[in-house]
Amino acid sequence: MKKRALIPILYIAFLMLPIYWLVAMSFKTTNEILSGFSLFPQTFTLENYRVIFTDPTWYWGYINSILYVSINTVISVCVALPAAYAFSRYRFLGDKQLFFWLLTNRMAPAAVFALPFFQLYSAVGLFDTHLAVALAHCLFNIPLAVWILEGFMGGVPKELDETAYVDGYSFPRFFVTIFLPTIKAGVGVAAFFCFMFSWVELLLAKTLTAVQAKPIAATMTKTASSAGYELGLLAAAGTLTIIPGAIVIYFVRNYIAKGFALGRV
Amino acid sequence: MAKITLSNLKHSYMANPKTAEDYALKEIDLDWEDGGAYALLGPSGCGKSTLLNIISGLLSPSEGRVLFDNRDVTNLPPDQRNIAQVFQFPVIYDTMTVYDNLAFPLRNRGVTEDRVASRVAEIAEMLEVTDMLTTRAAGLSPDNKQKISMGRGLVRDDVNVVMFDEPLTVIDPHLKWKLRSKLKELHQRVQATMIYVTHDQTEALTFADQVVVMQDGEIVQIGTPVELFERPQHTFVGHFIGSPGMNILPTEMRDGRAYLGSHEIPLEGPTAVTGAAQIGIRPEFVQIAEQGIPATVKRVTDVGRHSVIESLVGEASIKAITQGTVPEAGSPIHLSFQKSQTRLYKDGWIASEASA
Amino acid sequence: MKTQNQKAWFFVLPVLVLVAFNALIPMMTVVNYSVQETFGDNLFFWEGLGWFEQILRSDRFHAALGRQFMFTGLILLIEIPLGVIIALSMPRSGFWVSICLVTMALPMLIPWNVVGAMWNIFTLPDIGLLGYLMNTTLGINYDMTQSPFAAWATIITMDVWHWTSLVVLLSYAGLVSIPDAYYQAAKIDGASPWKVFRYVQLPKMKQVLTIAILLRFMDSFNIYTEPFVLTGGGPGNSTTLLSIDLVKIALGQFDLGPAAAMSLIYFAITLLVSWLFYTLMTKDDQK
Repeated sequence: MKKRALIPILYIAFLMLPIYWLVAMSFKTTNEILSGFSLFPQTFTLENYRVIFTDPTWYWGYINSILYVSINTVISVCVALPAAYAFSRYRFLGDKQLFFWLLTNRMAPAAVFALPFFQLYSAVGLFDTHLAVALAHCLFNIPLAVWILEGFMGGVPKELDETAYVDGYSFPRFFVTIFLPTIKAGVGVAAFFCFMFSWVELLLAKTLTAVQAKPIAATMTKTASSAGYELGLLAAAGTLTIIPGAIVIYFVRNYIAKGFALGRV
Repeated sequence: MAKITLSNLKHSYMANPKTAEDYALKEIDLDWEDGGAYALLGPSGCGKSTLLNIISGLLSPSEGRVLFDNRDVTNLPPDQRNIAQVFQFPVIYDTMTVYDNLAFPLRNRGVTEDRVASRVAEIAEMLEVTDMLTTRAAGLSPDNKQKISMGRGLVRDDVNVVMFDEPLTVIDPHLKWKLRSKLKELHQRVQATMIYVTHDQTEALTFADQVVVMQDGEIVQIGTPVELFERPQHTFVGHFIGSPGMNILPTEMRDGRAYLGSHEIPLEGPTAVTGAAQIGIRPEFVQIAEQGIPATVKRVTDVGRHSVIESLVGEASIKAITQGTVPEAGSPIHLSFQKSQTRLYKDGWIASEASA
Repeated sequence: MKTQNQKAWFFVLPVLVLVAFNALIPMMTVVNYSVQETFGDNLFFWEGLGWFEQILRSDRFHAALGRQFMFTGLILLIEIPLGVIIALSMPRSGFWVSICLVTMALPMLIPWNVVGAMWNIFTLPDIGLLGYLMNTTLGINYDMTQSPFAAWATIITMDVWHWTSLVVLLSYAGLVSIPDAYYQAAKIDGASPWKVFRYVQLPKMKQVLTIAILLRFMDSFNIYTEPFVLTGGGPGNSTTLLSIDLVKIALGQFDLGPAAAMSLIYFAITLLVSWLFYTLMTKDDQK
């Protein structure tokens, strides 16, 4: 029993090492970083974080990222809900083909779409807005949300719907007051995955923004290349990008594994 | 095959049980004779599944010992006890054929392939699944899947005991009786000890020669179906078995006689009980008569072959089963109790001596 | 049984509009480019299937495709068994499950370029933890910018670090959904741990593993940001995977026609492999 526990422990240690290094680096001074190897920060400094929290180009990066990720999560889940309901409850012309087509959009390499996306969103006048990134991320998040929600809804017996109609509920009222609370775990899981994939994606976000809606991760790349070798600053910015994900994952920890298992291929 | 002895068995799911309430099983002493067909009957949560898992070795008891033919097996894992168990939901190996499913327990024990082939053929024939042997087990109907699970238990000819943990839960009602009679037939053919756990009295009474009734982690009575029905040792058994269950009527003992209101109720035999006690009589032995205890009909329920008449005597409600014409609700009637079937209970346990 | 209801289309409509807007219009643009030649100034000439022919015959494409299949193949070979093994050895219940799940999921929630940057810092020869350990403590010459082998080893390790947890989570979800009775029955039947895995756990994990392999295939086949930040495709072209090559052609050289043709071929390959794999895995269940 004890011996078996060694495998997850080793694996988690392997996962934590690079993260530790990033965090350790963020507390070091540039001098210390460049002067050579040290396992722990010798002169512990918060200077890197101070720079990020006082420079608007830095902290606006965070606000921008959180804004478009939130907009995307709300849009994706809201439009996916009725669609997932339709897929889980009804048969209609072309349902299977539609479902498969939706999933194929996860297969399209983002690199392929970068340029056409730029042109498309420039043409409709949304370039460099939060909405542009939020809408673009719908490409891969909506199919995922539909997939996850459909799995959860499939697990709710149809009798629930019928009972509600017999009791005189209208469809919208049934959906909001009865059905949604029943599948709230599924909504949580779907929202989590939308948040996650929108948060980590950068190629499209970078392509569709210039100044106003520039994501934090893009600010980082720019700093890394233009301002030379500011590793400490880069590490501090990187560390800060881990925190929102960690918070979100803590809240849905009990549902993550389940959310995956219930989806159908 | 073996005689199974449970000695001073106690079990608690808590780390440090203190009061009796903390025990799922409180002090069990029991012998299961070799080759018997037993049923373990009790409501959900009475500890019957716990007891079963202790016998099979999936759980080890907090206290006490499990003996197979006087050999202590308390700490042996299930695969070394030579037992078989059929679960509530059919457990089959999805990727295997029916044949491979049945052969699995034998092959794991290194039995030669021709011996495997002959045993599987024999069991398949008994279970009437010969024509399915080559199909994938995953596609079978629930009742056939459950048959395969039973088959895996029966295929080894050296099993000490085959245990059934509410095996008919997921089977359609019209197939239940079929599987049940199949089980009974199998027991007669293989002569293995079988323990059948259920909360359904019909299943228990039709399957078993001996029924063990449990309540709150304790055994309240062991007996043949007839004994359980006619002379319940405890009011719980009287109430739990039978449909409807036994009438349990509060009474006051005066000079060794039982009274219901002002009416004396003749008991089956003498008793030493004084003070508050309970009269127990099955609805089957309550008759509507010209004379007797005056009562008012409260409700009449037609259940097909007979009617159940619920009537009030003072505060007490008494059920009677009758085949004949039924009185209307609200009408006054008289009830008579069959003397030889009228028991007295004190604190739940039987307290009247049986008539000679 | 689901009811036939064509009105269900109204429920699907918002999804359809949004996804189609994002998928079809750019896709049409790509198709449009792929059959034309441009010399700038918005002047386009009909090129037919010329670009496709050129791409399909080019050694550069073959090399990038080969590297891509090698990368995807390697990470699948490592991540799937590793993820299953880790899931098998995780506790089934209790306090440690939450700890395991949260820490394991963490790498997946880090922006992809931060992952690249993090591994860059981690592997720097003089001041990175791994680089320092390799070069100074173990005395192995390890420098990604010089040795293609080191570069490959690093991007593979990085991907294993980044995505094995996905396989773990999925497998774990499959494992905990197996009722206890299956394990108990297997115990009573005298099955060895290997047989329990082979006949109880693996069949029950089949569905989630199919999802895991599909997702890992699609995502690793499309991988761009992490290796780009980490190695930039180098040294030389040794870690130039399909997407990196594609972006080089499209944005670096602004050869839109060939880039578009290559995108479509690339997309078609992903689609084909995914479909083949999916059909193969679900063939048995269709009966």
